[in-house]
Amino acid sequence: MFVQQLITGLSVGSIYALMAVGYSLIYSLLNFTNFAHSASVLIGAYAGYYYITLVVDNPITAALCSLVLGAILAALIERITYQPLLDKGARRIYLLIAGLGISIIGENLIVVLIDGRFHAYKTALSSMPVSIFGASIGVIDLIILLASAVALLLVQFLIQKTKVGLAIRGAAFDLTTASIMGINVRRLILIVFIIAGSLAGLSGVFLGIKYTAYPTMGNLTNKAFISAVVGGLGSLPGAVVGALILGVLETMISAYVSSAMRNLFAYALLIVILLIRPWGLMGKSMEDKA
Amino acid sequence: MLSYWTGVATLTGIYLIATLGVSILVGFTGLFSLGHAGFMAIGAYGTALAVKMLHLPFYAAILVGILASMLAGALIGKATLRLKGDYFVIATLAIGECTKLLIENIPSITGGARGLADIPRKTNFFVVWTILVIVVVLLHRFLNAKHGRGCVAVREEELAAKSIGIDTTRTKMLSLLISCALCGMAGGLLAGYMGYLYPIMFTMAKSNELTMTVILGGAGSLTGTILAGLVLIPLPEYLRIESAEEWRMVLYGVLVVIVVVFKPSGLMGNKEFTVSGLLRRLKKWFSKEKRNGEKGAGERG
Repeated sequence: MFVQQLITGLSVGSIYALMAVGYSLIYSLLNFTNFAHSASVLIGAYAGYYYITLVVDNPITAALCSLVLGAILAALIERITYQPLLDKGARRIYLLIAGLGISIIGENLIVVLIDGRFHAYKTALSSMPVSIFGASIGVIDLIILLASAVALLLVQFLIQKTKVGLAIRGAAFDLTTASIMGINVRRLILIVFIIAGSLAGLSGVFLGIKYTAYPTMGNLTNKAFISAVVGGLGSLPGAVVGALILGVLETMISAYVSSAMRNLFAYALLIVILLIRPWGLMGKSMEDKA
Repeated sequence: MLSYWTGVATLTGIYLIATLGVSILVGFTGLFSLGHAGFMAIGAYGTALAVKMLHLPFYAAILVGILASMLAGALIGKATLRLKGDYFVIATLAIGECTKLLIENIPSITGGARGLADIPRKTNFFVVWTILVIVVVLLHRFLNAKHGRGCVAVREEELAAKSIGIDTTRTKMLSLLISCALCGMAGGLLAGYMGYLYPIMFTMAKSNELTMTVILGGAGSLTGTILAGLVLIPLPEYLRIESAEEWRMVLYGVLVVIVVVFKPSGLMGNKEFTVSGLLRRLKKWFSKEKRNGEKGAGERG
């Protein structure tokens, strides 16, 4: 029972980690909360649903398709909305407002154009169990855990070992200085949005398979914000650790206490962290953030 | 029919009080909030429970609601206002959701998701609009006084404000408390007008709506907020089409993005709507018409 809950918790946490890393990446570069993140999650979840229902029941290709769509949407949002604002040197609050506007458009367009119902993925995987150490564990949880780990390791590799990654780390340290050093900051920001968008699209598919696809699921990005704060705002390893902790704790609460307490617990945890340790578990605002 | 429109006007007035509160915080002080419906909920349930359980008279109960709302605001403000970064925004999000979930999860006191009924109905159109006028006058006075100008200074350039001796954290806290008080009061009035309360009255969508109305009206303009509120709050009442609520939210979103990208100052910018200002504007516009063709005439009205 405990092992089973732990695996479920880790798989939920790894989905949160996908969202939280994208969020933290953008935050570490531009110092603002990208509320439009939920749009990429939404498009990922619905694309995955339609892919599996209409094309072929293959979660891997569905995930790839959602990943690409999430990335495209994030790139479009960045180019159409954020870029003009950043060029103008607009105050941070306007970036927040624009993001909020986009997330509201996304959520309500889904209701208007599709419907407001819950769409369960018709995949055979979602209820298939496998027995490990005598505990029956959902195959889907393992797949999610594995795929998220691979995606996060890829991002880690990209940031630590490539030239683009070096540029991202530099820009996270100081965007202006990075641009003086000859880094094309506009392109770099676009790249970061594409990384974040593809992770969000991927998390959308996983959320859809695990729960369902529904219009207000973009609110699940709130869990990414919570994870990021718990782990330390702007820190990527912190975001992953925070997300895993949040996922496991939430699952344990809903298994052993009450599932209604789950969200209440998450938000209460956030308020407690903000009160006693606002810089989070691994955050240190002056440190190298990426 | 008349009573129907009185109802619409009363609700508009109530939400306008809350929107004005958000305007002080978001518009004038430049702090973003995603959870002010939560403060309305605290005010509403605080008022309703004070009436029902403590048997206080309605207006004393509203005070209880306002104080409860300000207390919640003080809690997150104390924790996050001195921090750099988006901590405050995320904290408002948390308090908004936390309040709603708490209300849903302690049904023995709050009625849970089924709602809280049989609240004595003690408010009406005249009470709400009298309070609204008083609030507008007081806010106008506040914004032209030292602390109000401090808020604007913090919004415009925090570092500069600090360097001329404004305690920025305290100024932000003051503005947060004012906005919480107004939202709490609006919540209390809502409880006293509707006679029942449900947690779904105070969702995140409602919080977003409050903030977006302020942005569309013009961040930093009381009259802008009022104009936007008068037009946008009763919008679903005259747009009676299918899924009007969703279309309205799409419209809000699109408008907000367009406004932010093309005219970040909103409808009124940081100017106030006055009759003399309107006349000046018209005069300027006409003289510009006359000078049509003269390029770069250097003069400015």
